[in-house]
Amino acid sequence: MSNYRIEGTTGEWEVVIGLEVHAQVTSQSKLFSGAATAFGAEPNSQVSLVDAAMPGMLPVPNRECIRQAVRTGMAVGAKINKWSRFDRKNYFYADLPQGYQISQLYHPLVGEGSLEVILDEKDPEGSTKTIGIERIHVEQDAGKLMHDQHPTMSYVDLNRSGVALMEIVSRPDMRSPAEAGAYLSKLRSILRYVGSCDGNMDQGSMRADVNVSVRKPGEPFGTRTETKNVNSVRFVMAVVESEARRQVDLIEDGGTVVQETRLYDPDKNTTRSMRSKEDAHDYRYFPDPDLLPLELDDAFLEDCKASLPELPDAKRHRYETALGLSAYNAGVLTADVETARWFEALVAAAAAKAGKGEAELAKQASNWLISELFGALNKLGKGLADSPVTPQGGAELLALIADGTISGSIAKQVLEKMLETGDGAGAIVEREGLKQTTDTGAIEAAVDAVLAANADKVAQYKDGKDALFGFFVGQTMKAMQGKGNPGLVNQVLKAKLS
Amino acid sequence: MTDLTELGVAAIRDGVAAGDFTAVEVAEGFNANVAAAAALNTFIVTTPEKALDAARATDARRAAGQPLGKMGGVPIGMKDLFATRGVQTTAASHILEGFTPEYESTVSQKLWNAGAGMLGKLNLDQFAMGSSNETSYFGNVISPWRRNDGGNAPLAPGGSSGGSSAAVAARLAPAATGTDTGGSIRQPAAFTGISGIKPTYGRCSRWGIVAFASSLDQAGPMARDVRDCAIMLEAMAGFDPKDATSLDMPVPDWEAALSGDLRGKKVGIPREYRMDGTDADVLASWDAGIAWLKDAGAEVVDVSLPHTKYALPAYYIIAPAEASSNLARYDGVRYGLRDLPDGAGLQDMYAATRAAGFGAEVKRRIMIGTYVLSAGFYDAYYTQAQKVRTLIAQDFANAFTLCDVILAPTAPTAAFGLGDMVSDPLAMYLNDVFAVPASLAGLPAMSVPAGLNKQGLPLGLQIIGKAFDEQGVLNAGLAIEARAQFSAKPDKWW
Repeated sequence: MSNYRIEGTTGEWEVVIGLEVHAQVTSQSKLFSGAATAFGAEPNSQVSLVDAAMPGMLPVPNRECIRQAVRTGMAVGAKINKWSRFDRKNYFYADLPQGYQISQLYHPLVGEGSLEVILDEKDPEGSTKTIGIERIHVEQDAGKLMHDQHPTMSYVDLNRSGVALMEIVSRPDMRSPAEAGAYLSKLRSILRYVGSCDGNMDQGSMRADVNVSVRKPGEPFGTRTETKNVNSVRFVMAVVESEARRQVDLIEDGGTVVQETRLYDPDKNTTRSMRSKEDAHDYRYFPDPDLLPLELDDAFLEDCKASLPELPDAKRHRYETALGLSAYNAGVLTADVETARWFEALVAAAAAKAGKGEAELAKQASNWLISELFGALNKLGKGLADSPVTPQGGAELLALIADGTISGSIAKQVLEKMLETGDGAGAIVEREGLKQTTDTGAIEAAVDAVLAANADKVAQYKDGKDALFGFFVGQTMKAMQGKGNPGLVNQVLKAKLS
Repeated sequence: MTDLTELGVAAIRDGVAAGDFTAVEVAEGFNANVAAAAALNTFIVTTPEKALDAARATDARRAAGQPLGKMGGVPIGMKDLFATRGVQTTAASHILEGFTPEYESTVSQKLWNAGAGMLGKLNLDQFAMGSSNETSYFGNVISPWRRNDGGNAPLAPGGSSGGSSAAVAARLAPAATGTDTGGSIRQPAAFTGISGIKPTYGRCSRWGIVAFASSLDQAGPMARDVRDCAIMLEAMAGFDPKDATSLDMPVPDWEAALSGDLRGKKVGIPREYRMDGTDADVLASWDAGIAWLKDAGAEVVDVSLPHTKYALPAYYIIAPAEASSNLARYDGVRYGLRDLPDGAGLQDMYAATRAAGFGAEVKRRIMIGTYVLSAGFYDAYYTQAQKVRTLIAQDFANAFTLCDVILAPTAPTAAFGLGDMVSDPLAMYLNDVFAVPASLAGLPAMSVPAGLNKQGLPLGLQIIGKAFDEQGVLNAGLAIEARAQFSAKPDKWW
């Protein structure tokens, strides 16, 4: 249970949150037309006669969009409705050429499911919470109005008109901004694993309507408001926080929360009223007579099921149990499907190079990826997707560490050079002469020189100041430009100092 | 030489193929008749060059020894509800006046592919809403028929395919396309002494036909006789992946299987269709039809369609509901009329455009449809109407366990005078009472001429068949046609 509370003058309040997430389905063409769906195309360059609602044009369902929505439903353990139907939601707006949106009100494609979130990412062993999903249905997106192109007119871009969306409706199961954020992150993660939505919130391919109400703990639900089209996890959390605060203040000042649609202003970090229930449209939903009910057969469902990848929870579990990763590492590496793919390619390549099992190398690889590569990329302002180092390249570096060619500290230098030049680890080590020295003669000479130059410290060490051992190691390594085999350096030093 | 414009589809096709005359001669003949018939106001746009181009192509194919197609050399009229590439397509509305599509409807394209040519775009009730062709923005179509009382009162050609019926009856075209939502092929065919068939819902693609009520709209042919209807329907029908409600079934060779021999067939006579207010001449023609079908070898059985009386009210909920949504796209934003008063915002533009662009009947139906779908009324109207629709389909399914086809009048009256009904929409709606049930059930149904009433006006008989059994309908129609020997045609006064 969340113990998130809003402090009011009359005591503590609890916030109740439900999210309706609109996720653009990854598909080559639109939900009911053959027009393309690529982001960022010239305005009105991806518009079919159907999308422009020319007279006599008819929608034909796109099988791929239905398939992706079904796979998404399966990924959240939801009931798939083998019989569903499209309805028209009627309203007039310039970005809605048909004068109605084809959606699913009465008989959605996907019924109840759920997903599990970890309440505190920093405490992966900590408690989890199951958030209910009420339904997932598919519907058409609208076009886009541009108000800044002409002094008195608005322009309409219909590229997005008719693009397939999944509307994923949660139960009002969340009780804090953190839970709402965790739910949205987890949902995004699953969509990206399934491949049904790219999850690019900054491009609008995923956005959330945030339903918020407040109540005294234990009391019935309060009146909710719906804040539309919030397009980042951070903003969703901010909306919950500010809207809950607003509602508490309003109620405590003797006001009443009205059921209404609100808009979030990220600059001011507040929400403002868009329209109240009184001005709400009467959408006159009715079954779309241009479309027959959607009936899914078992073969289609089996194909959807068979095509599902390993999902984040299962992967995380496998990383912990089969690969022996820490819960933290497993959590970090499975949160995003691209990271997991990168990691798995790294482990496979490293295992192949070493001729060892993946389980033997996975832990080291995960540590290197998380603490070395992520850190280095972060400094460069890059992510894994645009990393100059490939999993193959990373595996080469790990192999050099494993076989003693370079030390861990030299490996950091090598990685920096790899990122800088794009060259392979082996070539860099060779070119820069970074190979670790296992020549005991050279090590002994270096040690002798260090001990001779620090006779006073040698005396102190022999008097019992053991901590100076590290100093001698450091000096020796420095003298050898880091290339001395640390084990051998230790061995030689111990022998000479005893 | 025979007047080529007295020929129907089969005779033209066969004559052109045999070299008895050229397709160009045929097109020229009909073009001349069209040009001379402006008084009937059947066409919104004439396209004589298109008819000639298609005819020349047919003649060239013949000269080259190539196949001419099912409609080779036959010029036709195209109801102005079908989108035709490069030719204005209006649905007889002001809001689409001047709209010239860059696409061709599936059905019209199939007809051109079959060798037909286009004489022009035919007038109709605006957005196919009407039973008298009095709701067109481009004026009433005048029926070529007149009563034999010497009064010369202008008569309705029926609707909504009134331009189609009048053009075929007046020999302006050997055939024309129609669409039927609640009788819009059958009733005008009956009013003008021609044949017309609405096939099973889904036989003809709706792609490119301006939508009225999507779950009911079906295209079909209107022609002089049953054989011509069979030929043209073959050219129009077929699965279309662009229409999700299209039937994925092969198109039978209806013409080849035509037979007026009904031995072994049962014809059902629905007792609920004997309604008060039905014209005595209409009832007499029905009885004649029963006798003809018996003569053709059929056994006549009594059947019941108990929910018939709810069909019309259900239809006038479902069709306007769908229309109110289908017509939302005519908003002045992308094409067609835009009325943008000074300083108007988006909502003002919608209101002004739609107020100016739609006629009274269209507005009436949009308002009815909006009302029956609105919150609080949806279940009482729309949901109930859908239940009735299911019951009506069930009525037919039950009846068809007892018979192969059903015989009924097409309309309760012969053609009425223009203006006689406009002040009473409900009376007008009642004219579709026999036509609407088959539409709600999606069944094939056709009207064939049965004779003239005492005023010298044509009466039609309706044959309703099982789903997908257009053949049974056409064959029963042929049996009636052979016995009715209907040869009357309107005296040319225009």
